[in-house]
Amino acid sequence: MKTIEEIQAAIEAAVPGGEVTIVMNPSPAAQHSLLVGAGKAVAVAKFLRDDAELALDFCSNVTGVDWLDREIAEKVKVTKTVTKTVDGVEQQVEETVEETVKRAVPGYLECVYHLYSVAKKHGPVVIRMRTANRSDMVELPSLTPIWRGAEFQEREVFDLYGIVFTGHPDLRRILMWDEFKDHPMRKDYVLPDDFEYEPTPHDDVLKRAEAHRADVAQEGAAQ
Amino acid sequence: MSSWTLQQSTNEHLAGWNRPQVIKPEGDGEVLEVSMGPHHPSTHGVFRMDVKLDGEKVIGLKPVFGYLHRNHEQLGEKLSYLAIMPYTDRLDYFCSLSNNWGYAMAVEKLAGLEVPERADHLRVILAELTRFQNHASWIGFLAQEMGASGTPLMYAFREREKILDLFEELTGSRMMCNYMRFGGCRVDPTAEWLSETRKVVQGLHKFVDEFENLLTGNEILMSRTQGVGVLSHDLAVNASVSGPMARASGVNYDIRKVDHYGIYDRFNFRVPLGEHGDIYDRYMVRVLEIRESLSILEQALKSVPGGPILDPKAKSRGIRPKAGEAYGRIEAPKGELGFYLISDGAGSPYRYRIRPPSFINLTVLEDMCLGHNVADAILILGSVDIVLGEVDR
Repeated sequence: MKTIEEIQAAIEAAVPGGEVTIVMNPSPAAQHSLLVGAGKAVAVAKFLRDDAELALDFCSNVTGVDWLDREIAEKVKVTKTVTKTVDGVEQQVEETVEETVKRAVPGYLECVYHLYSVAKKHGPVVIRMRTANRSDMVELPSLTPIWRGAEFQEREVFDLYGIVFTGHPDLRRILMWDEFKDHPMRKDYVLPDDFEYEPTPHDDVLKRAEAHRADVAQEGAAQ
Repeated sequence: MSSWTLQQSTNEHLAGWNRPQVIKPEGDGEVLEVSMGPHHPSTHGVFRMDVKLDGEKVIGLKPVFGYLHRNHEQLGEKLSYLAIMPYTDRLDYFCSLSNNWGYAMAVEKLAGLEVPERADHLRVILAELTRFQNHASWIGFLAQEMGASGTPLMYAFREREKILDLFEELTGSRMMCNYMRFGGCRVDPTAEWLSETRKVVQGLHKFVDEFENLLTGNEILMSRTQGVGVLSHDLAVNASVSGPMARASGVNYDIRKVDHYGIYDRFNFRVPLGEHGDIYDRYMVRVLEIRESLSILEQALKSVPGGPILDPKAKSRGIRPKAGEAYGRIEAPKGELGFYLISDGAGSPYRYRIRPPSFINLTVLEDMCLGHNVADAILILGSVDIVLGEVDR
């Protein structure tokens, strides 16, 4: 099979403006992945499926990942001009110093596709798409028109992570019930006290009783 | 976080979508909508199908999931790597040992662990025994759904019980085995266990012959299953259908052969393929597959080496793989079982994802059922081989 760099080059040649970058995987598994820009993702996917040499016709696994806002500490080499006294003479010397720079990375949601080829029996090629932020209105293009196998899995990602797949033929909740609000696989999800809470007539009585109590207390304070 | 709106899909988006065929009702155009399940004896658990019927004919079918959903994946993110292992037993509770292997393999890939020879042999033996009992009971259930109440299923369960006894002796549990560890297995089997297994495997040959005598040429089985629920090769590939379902449609894809995982390379076995993609082919593929499983078992049991069963470098407890990700997959009895793990260097995975084979195989349920009678829809669902513990997770 082609290496990840060759696949990147092939995509860039076939789909101009595909915005494909390589994401390295430092673990011993060494399954590196390709980050695909959402704009041309459908065209890239179509190329990956239909290209005679790659023939990635089997979309094995589709999944979401939630990355929170985080801070990355990086060591950066900085060249500075420093005034130094060398042999009793003041001089301007260029010096390279290693500095730790903290960089804030805004959070995003990610959708990961593991592709294999049934025809050529190779794989996996991992592609991922990222949303701009973690709000509730994030969209990614659906790849169900390319691989039907993504149909239920994208519904699952939508259900559990809240990524809206544009162009999905039947985007509904799949594991949670339809009335459920929120997306439980997000990292900042908070469990409700009662999953099936519904307001009851009793709540009105409680509210009236509280208002009455407050009134009584006010009157007591006035007297 | 609930203010999402669904964008109307345009035709342009859906160009090329491999959609289920649209059938219009005949005659007076009256359509009956039936909600089959979640409590229906033939749905293999709490599973619902919203069926649209024109008379007796299915013209639309939407599977509804989630009745057994317990957010297994989020549970995993809160547990240590080792503590997830017993939870994997509860995914597909018919094949806990295959689930164990899939998960252990993903962690081994993530942490770069090796598996000793002896453990590799044991894994193959246990996975093939699991495949055997899964397929045998699947055939029993299929016959049950056709009205053969009991006999084939009881025959299958008689043999399954022998295999579960072996599991119990080795792992301490019949179904929730929790046996594999990262870089090996948990308990070393005794010589008696191995010879007992050899004896059981020898007896299984006779059972398969007997079973086939009972069913393969059976007229009712043939007339109910041949030409029913046909799945084409191209749709099977496009819809990520895997396992015996895909092979019955002629897709030559067996992960044991493709990925060369474990020590399957050393054994001589064939991959049975179907021609028509109907339920009968799914039945035949599974029958032939358990015959191949028996052949693998005999070869593996002949050559179990001595030595350790756990990688000495591996520490099960408190394992903290370096940051990174790994996708490990095996050929489980129901299809491709994958585990996708992302580590951020902590003691529990940042992301723990299961690729459940029977959930994804259900993608094509509607395509297979359209145009058939309701009674056939039950049979087609049965032929997918689902376990709701895995579908809903």
